[in-house]
Amino acid sequence: MAEMLARPPVLDSTEDRTMLINMGPQHPSTHGVLRLMLEIDGETIVRIMPDIGYLHTGIEKTCEAKFYQQVVPMTDRIDYLCPMTNNLAYCLAVEKLLGLEIPPRAQWIRVMLNELTRINSHLVWLGSHAMDIGAMTVFLYCFREREDILRLFEAVSGQRMMTSYFRIGGLALEPPLGFFDRVKKFNDRFPADIDEYEGLLTGNPIFINRLKGVGQISAEDALALGATGPTLRASGIDVDLRRDNPYSGYENFKFNVPVLKDGDVWARYLVRVQELRESQKIVVQALEGLPEGRIKAEAPKVVLPDREKMKTEMEALIYHFKIVTEGFTVPEGEVYMPVESPRGEMGYYVVSDGTAKPYRVHMRSPSFANLQTLPKMCEGRLIADVVAAIGSIDIVLGDVDR
Amino acid sequence: MPWPPAITDIEQLKDRPEVALLLASDTVAVEAVKFDRDELTIWVERTGLRDACRVLKGSELRYDALMDVTCVDWYPNDPRFEVVYHLFSTTTKKRVRLKVKLAGFDTSVDSLVPLWAGANFFEREVFDLFGIRFDGHPNLKRIMMPEGWEGHPLRKDYPVEGYR
Repeated sequence: MAEMLARPPVLDSTEDRTMLINMGPQHPSTHGVLRLMLEIDGETIVRIMPDIGYLHTGIEKTCEAKFYQQVVPMTDRIDYLCPMTNNLAYCLAVEKLLGLEIPPRAQWIRVMLNELTRINSHLVWLGSHAMDIGAMTVFLYCFREREDILRLFEAVSGQRMMTSYFRIGGLALEPPLGFFDRVKKFNDRFPADIDEYEGLLTGNPIFINRLKGVGQISAEDALALGATGPTLRASGIDVDLRRDNPYSGYENFKFNVPVLKDGDVWARYLVRVQELRESQKIVVQALEGLPEGRIKAEAPKVVLPDREKMKTEMEALIYHFKIVTEGFTVPEGEVYMPVESPRGEMGYYVVSDGTAKPYRVHMRSPSFANLQTLPKMCEGRLIADVVAAIGSIDIVLGDVDR
Repeated sequence: MPWPPAITDIEQLKDRPEVALLLASDTVAVEAVKFDRDELTIWVERTGLRDACRVLKGSELRYDALMDVTCVDWYPNDPRFEVVYHLFSTTTKKRVRLKVKLAGFDTSVDSLVPLWAGANFFEREVFDLFGIRFDGHPNLKRIMMPEGWEGHPLRKDYPVEGYR
């Protein structure tokens, strides 16, 4: 016995080739707290095991203890790069449960802000992705434009990132004076900015060689692994919920859905950059065709009354008091509301048991599913390619862990 | 505009292609159907879940994407759990919801990983937060909570705040 302990068994050298290393949770290129366990053979990756949950805050559980209207600020925190998209998905789900009709003006402003959010999110992706690859300058340019969008958000909602601007039944407030002029000013110069980024990257041979053929995934694999959004479209599957299952008046807008076949990091880059241009076009249409009218639905039991009315009318005061103190009841039922977030299908599954608090709120988050494609993209390739692949699927760890 | 009342009569809904397909299959037992707020829900017997998905995926309806797996805890009612699957078709762009009812004392259902590799994370999440077991899952362990955590936080008998 003692002899056996003293002399460890000799391992067959072919079995002992691989090594397990950790990438993350604190690693600049994982864009948050993502831990990847890499099993490597030299520089080649044999296996990737993602370990998530570092940012799990139990938002789904918290939602069950809040009134319907109190859940809206929770939704911002899920995907902190596209708060408006999350607000919209949740509000649409509850509005669908209630059967509310949203006035066109509110719908168009929602679309406009959603597309600005998509531009914002894609700019953060483009800047950080390019920086991961080694193109530092683009980061500064992207954040310059992102700052303008955040200022627009601040003007409209008082908050730069956690906007919580949409309400169940419409919008919180009418946008301030001059807001649409500012959006127009930003929008007019934005195409030139995209040209600037593309001038730095799209024709850059170093960038192309670094991305082409890296992190390839086929359409079948991407679909089976639950990928959505640009990750799926870059593999050649033409799905965009804004066009296929239109919500919030998207059927009134004209835009193209960029689809590419290659399924590598380069294709995902091209799809997102083209989406920037398409989003800009949608904002133009939203500005040009913005209808006049109310920004809140006609539903006194659900939507808070105007401030002026609340101070002068008895009825409005009572409704205001009841909504704030008791919430509003939602008829029994369940709804799954998918919207196209910058990362893919963001779906809210809301179950109501007829009370003022949701029985269950589940978020189908795109990053959670997209992360599953990472092992498929990287196994059998080099460690350095993991950084490019993580950047190209554009995960947000708040969205993964919830 | 309020929604029309939900249709739960299987006779009225048996002409819908999804329901007709599952009714015609002899390994799938359809327990109930509901058409509410433009969304179709089909409850299937848990032994027939994988076959139901296989039929929907392989048919001309082409439900080729499993978008979401989650669960609802109806404690203290019985059967306690409902596992919810959302399928999506990338060709017809339609959606259908499948549900399986599970009793609180016997929470296991077939895993869908053989059909969609992407079910992996979703089922791990449901296992972690609800304690549902997925038979045939390759790596069924906690994903959100730390290893060694006791209890399943999204169950209704698990407190929202305070000490466990």
